[in-house]
Amino acid sequence: MECVLELRDVSKHYPSHHAVNGVSLSLARGEFFSLLGPSGCGKTTTLRLVGGFEEPTHGEIRLNGSSIQHLKPYQRNVSTVFQNYALFPHLTVRDNVEFGLRRRAGNHIGSRVRDVLDLVQLAGKESRRPAQLSGGERQRVALARSLVLEPDVLLLDEPLSALDPNLRKQVRAELKAIQRRVGITFLFVTHDQEEALSLSDRLGVMNKGRLEQLGTPEEIYLQPSTRFVASFLGAVNWIGDVGVRPEAMRIAREPARNGHRSRPATIVHSTFLGNCVHVDTRLSDGEPAVVEISRLGETFAPGEAVHLWWEPADELRFE
Amino acid sequence: MNRLRAWFLAPTWATVIALFLAPLAIILGYSFLTRGVYGGIALPWTVESYQRLIDPIYLAILWRSFWVAGASTSLCLLLGFPLALFISRAGRHKNFYLGLVMLPFWTSFLVRTYAWMFLLRDTGLLNTILEKLGLIHSPLPLLYNDGAVILGLVYGYLPFTVLPLYATLERLDRTLLEAAADLGARPWATLARVTIPLSAPGIRAGAILVFIPCLGAYLTPDLLGGGKSVMIGNLIQNQFTTARDWPFGSAVSLVLMAIVMLLLFVIARGEGEGLL
Repeated sequence: MECVLELRDVSKHYPSHHAVNGVSLSLARGEFFSLLGPSGCGKTTTLRLVGGFEEPTHGEIRLNGSSIQHLKPYQRNVSTVFQNYALFPHLTVRDNVEFGLRRRAGNHIGSRVRDVLDLVQLAGKESRRPAQLSGGERQRVALARSLVLEPDVLLLDEPLSALDPNLRKQVRAELKAIQRRVGITFLFVTHDQEEALSLSDRLGVMNKGRLEQLGTPEEIYLQPSTRFVASFLGAVNWIGDVGVRPEAMRIAREPARNGHRSRPATIVHSTFLGNCVHVDTRLSDGEPAVVEISRLGETFAPGEAVHLWWEPADELRFE
Repeated sequence: MNRLRAWFLAPTWATVIALFLAPLAIILGYSFLTRGVYGGIALPWTVESYQRLIDPIYLAILWRSFWVAGASTSLCLLLGFPLALFISRAGRHKNFYLGLVMLPFWTSFLVRTYAWMFLLRDTGLLNTILEKLGLIHSPLPLLYNDGAVILGLVYGYLPFTVLPLYATLERLDRTLLEAAADLGARPWATLARVTIPLSAPGIRAGAILVFIPCLGAYLTPDLLGGGKSVMIGNLIQNQFTTARDWPFGSAVSLVLMAIVMLLLFVIARGEGEGLL
């Protein structure tokens, strides 16, 4: 795969803290890559380093093979979709989209703007101002404004977090479809694990300025390399040193046979979630464990003594 | 309830009537009367004062007032904008710099204008230094001309542009500047295409706050213009003092006020339609 963006041991230190610490990663052309982590983990700072809004304290950032870490934002062929979209309030949709095209070849501007507005389904709203648009429309203007420049990498800083939850899933699907159509490399920053898992070809999980794990969504969910990664992506029950996902567990009334593992536990409470049921239990050593079971299966009453089953293959182990 | 409301509003109404509407009515009345022999007013009613205004001498003064006020306002904006931009980005030193901008207000405007006279006159500080250095042989005519008046007005009213400009620039969303740079705009292009258009409300407020008092200024042209650079404020003052023509002074005041109101109305209309 052709590498478009590469970070080599990049760090950003502030007097008070180390925001980014020795991050190395490379993005293949056309890839949808997510940086996932809790707030303050350094993911947004990493994005700003690539965008050129911060200069790294240490390390190298390469775009198409040449160092860009000392270039100004306007000298880099990357573009950012900001968290609050940062649309120019005094300009119409069309003028916002044309903003970055002004310095470039004149003749095709009109058709390129039309094409990109068609792509993000904003045709007919060219003359509106940002204040007259809905949240989803603003997000699409921000996307169009960057896409029209055909950047080598599009940087997205939690672009869905400002949308209401119902809209978010729909926009997520649209975003993925658009990325597939234009084939531009996306570097997407989010704290939402579901977003990262569903959108990304690959993702990196960050914690305290460091990149904890890199991999496909499956690899990271099924083979997390650290306890932090395991518990940040989905829930984990800790049984001694071993972690087991709630959906990998079963509840039975007798201990395990034929190769399964099991632990005695007591039912505490069941929560009906519509598509499944979450059962809170307490293990014999007093530790809590949550089990996700089908709403179609057996039901369990609080106080009932049961056994939690799982398969050795589903155990998450860490050094 | 309405009675209570009326009682609470009474002081406001009393103030507005006593200090604003009543004097205005008196001026309006005076402007249609005849001048008294020793000043003051006398009957009969007449529109003569207004007819006299069309005299080219007065129109020239009116024109000069607009020219001087316009030049002063433009210079205030030109000097005030970079200063306000600098202060809005000065981080924790902001309040210190704002304090410096306000510092002149601690001294009387009259005293500050006199200070300029000492600096600019033929035997003043600037001319003396230049002569001692041998750069000039006879004093430069720095005082008693339009330039001196504009200098004095810009000096006096600069804070009134800096403060509203600072207020809008301070509120400007920094990510918009980052977005402009991200989309390829160099710093000057960002200034022209994002910062200045978005500070239009501050520019407008600053311009109004400076233009109107400059238009009616009389102290500065009187002291620094030395009677050669007469503005409409001096004309009005003169009618009530040496010329003893109260009706004409009232008429000029009202016409000046009408022009200012018309200007404000046009600006407000433009603002509403998004033209300015």
